Amino acid sequence: MTITKAHLAEQVRQKHGNLSRREAKAAIDAIWNLTKDSLLKGQGLQIKGFGKFIVRSQAARVGRNINTGAATPIAARRVVVFKAGKQLKQLASASRKP
Amino acid sequence: MVKAELISRISHELNLSKKEVALIVNTVFETISQSLIQGDKVEIRGFGSFRTKERKERLGRNPRTGEPVKVPAKRVPYFKAGKDLKVIK
Repeated sequence: MTITKAHLAEQVRQKHGNLSRREAKAAIDAIWNLTKDSLLKGQGLQIKGFGKFIVRSQAARVGRNINTGAATPIAARRVVVFKAGKQLKQLASASRKP
Repeated sequence: MVKAELISRISHELNLSKKEVALIVNTVFETISQSLIQGDKVEIRGFGSFRTKERKERLGRNPRTGEPVKVPAKRVPYFKAGKDLKVIK
């Protein structure tokens, strides 16, 4: 099963009865939008126990066109990386197969 | 940015108390963790998706003694950045 923002909003409302559906949705959207903004500025977000989203530089490398096999350069770029926190790693180690 | 800063910004933006926002933020990250453990995938449109990946058993080395040790197979959390996170300058 794939969990989406709608499921997250439902969970939030269950734990927090007096919040409207619209408020729950707005707050969840705000989490990801603010994190996105922070990442686009080259910063990130750290949540203790869960993990952190950081921006990392990736060096240029030679890739390959999978159809033709021809070598094509891949420019240096910045990518978003998620590093799982200690607690999440521990929990996930015994998790079920998706 | 750490959690406290995220909470304070959302609280400001939506006119909700920090206490309320803290509960929401905690619920969101707990729900993602719980879902991953149960074997669900989590997809945040535009931002990215979370799932767990299998790591096979491998032979590691004790860095101090140089002695080979078996690292057992396990599942690890994995995040794949979405479209909107691919355009960082």
